[in-house]
Amino acid sequence: MVHGEIWTVKELFVYPNEFIYWSVQIVMYPFMTGLVAGAFVLSSLYHVFGIKELKDMARFALVFSFALLFAAPMPIVLHLQHPLRGINVMMTPHFTSAIAAFGIVFSTYGAIVASELWFLYRKHFVEIALPLKEKQDKTIAEWFKFLIFCTLTLGVYDLSEESLKRDEKAIKILAAIGIPVACFLHGYAGFIFGSVKANALWMTPLMPVIFIMSAIVSGIALCMLTYIVTMEVRKFLDSRKRASYAGYRSPEEFKSAELNVIKMTARYLLFFLVFAITLELLDLIFRGYTAVKSWDVLRSVIYGRDFIDIFIMQYGVGNLLPFILFLLPGLTIRRAVLGVLLVLFGVFMMRWNVVIGGQAFSLSFAGYMHYHLPIIPHDWETFKEGLFGALSIFIMPFVLFWFIAKIFPVFNLKETH
Amino acid sequence: MKRREFLKKAAIGVAGITLPLAALEIVNPRKMFAGKDDGAKVRWVFLVDTYKCVGCGLCVKACKNENEIPYDANVTRTWVERYVFTKDGKFHADTPKGARDGFITSKIDLGQGKYEDIKSEDIQKAFFVPKLCNQCENPPCVQVCPVGATYQTPDGVVLVDRSWCIGCGYCIMGCPYGVRFFHPKYHTAEKCNFCYHRITKGLKTACVQACPFGARQIGNMKDPKDPVTKIIMTERVGILKEEYGTKPQVFYIGLDREVK
Repeated sequence: MVHGEIWTVKELFVYPNEFIYWSVQIVMYPFMTGLVAGAFVLSSLYHVFGIKELKDMARFALVFSFALLFAAPMPIVLHLQHPLRGINVMMTPHFTSAIAAFGIVFSTYGAIVASELWFLYRKHFVEIALPLKEKQDKTIAEWFKFLIFCTLTLGVYDLSEESLKRDEKAIKILAAIGIPVACFLHGYAGFIFGSVKANALWMTPLMPVIFIMSAIVSGIALCMLTYIVTMEVRKFLDSRKRASYAGYRSPEEFKSAELNVIKMTARYLLFFLVFAITLELLDLIFRGYTAVKSWDVLRSVIYGRDFIDIFIMQYGVGNLLPFILFLLPGLTIRRAVLGVLLVLFGVFMMRWNVVIGGQAFSLSFAGYMHYHLPIIPHDWETFKEGLFGALSIFIMPFVLFWFIAKIFPVFNLKETH
Repeated sequence: MKRREFLKKAAIGVAGITLPLAALEIVNPRKMFAGKDDGAKVRWVFLVDTYKCVGCGLCVKACKNENEIPYDANVTRTWVERYVFTKDGKFHADTPKGARDGFITSKIDLGQGKYEDIKSEDIQKAFFVPKLCNQCENPPCVQVCPVGATYQTPDGVVLVDRSWCIGCGYCIMGCPYGVRFFHPKYHTAEKCNFCYHRITKGLKTACVQACPFGARQIGNMKDPKDPVTKIIMTERVGILKEEYGTKPQVFYIGLDREVK
């Protein structure tokens, strides 16, 4: 069977070789890179612009962005027909292609995030490695821990006030360089689509900007969600510990601190959400107003076939509803959770409507293609380009975060050691 | 710093920066190649006479066999489209299985197993249009390939390196003509290459050879004596989807405005 045939249904006049070649993994790709970029921008708001209210969130967002970073290229690997040749992009990059820069942009960004993390956690590494170094009879577990943290210090044990100040300065510079690089990383994902002149729905210079805005929205939403979940888990663990020890923070203290951070972050979420929606609507209005050759088929897709996906799911449930939820006075944690979940869903639907919607009509402008997401996998292809492949990609950063947070603790750095 | 001094230094600075930049002109291999006299003496072009096509599908069959595209797979390097205009002003088009078996019924294929029967007395006009890769002068598929696995030869044909293609599908998305697909066996990008293995040996392409009516012809645009070149230069010919700026090199006689 031809690749793509299994999930494509053709209607009316479609060229014989046309299928939905870019399936759910290509929806996941901009979705995941968007989360990476968004999380980083959120952390930079504190480091660069000194927005103090986001201090707690900033450290968290940076570590989470690092976890997401590893998951971001995975959808592409799962999508490639020859995944083992993926490295060819680095070996013979063909720079007229938007994808060719992926290796360079991605590794630059990775290096920035990694070095910023190192400066942020250098003190923590030294504080763990030093006592272990002096300890005489280490157990195997301690040896292992010592080895990891000793390596992570990169041989720098200087914790003088002067050097710590220099660390902070480095963090600030890296965060500042990181913002344009993060935007570039994602804007360029938008460029991959926006520059395809053969596709009437994709081709618009607004695409990279729209992608950046919705990326920041989704990144902030995911950070808020993960922040709330981890705070709830800590609350639960603390309440159990409090039974045996006195002096732990009370649940009320936790709750007010948590709500404060969430309220602050929600404000930035709304700000970027308004930007994203404005640009998307501008694009839509402009297409309708100029009504070039492709508009007939685009209109039938946007207002007809994909109406529910675009106007109900994306704009209604994914944008308008959370917008109202966050704007209503007296924001609670529960409402915030619902809000960010809807925002994440909305951004996912936006990616879906771009990637799948862009292939919903034929290049002949006289036929349509329907995409049926494979749910129950019956071979490798329907697994990796089906529901479960997409879900595994989505779960991956959370699993990674759990491991990474063991080395880079995100909460109460002082209390943990 | 005085104004005069500042202007002086600024002028020197600007001159100093621009001079080395000018010296570093990037050499374009293609330009260098074109500048040489012994450059390509061949530019393959294709000519389709739609008046002569009867939609028998022998070209599609021959192509599939020649180029080892699995016979029953729903992809093909070349195909034939049927256009039917009815008296009520509507137009219908289809290409069942790429017209591999020809158009054996008057029913229009609507996809999903549905057909529409059109009575012959309702037909205003109808014709067939063979399609194949346009071997564009400005190929978007070559532009978007991230690894350079697809490239344009000096004689104008766009080829795919099966051993280097990563299978990302960007070229398939980038082609406005829908000629590209994934090979069902090799899982790499696949397309019509004017039977490059044949034409470089002086043979005709499989589809040209198989066409009993001479609807398909291949020629060398750089040879003024070539019959195909003569027709393209002296008669009125059309190309497909000019608006994409790809400069296609498959020319059509008798192209209708509704041909997609």
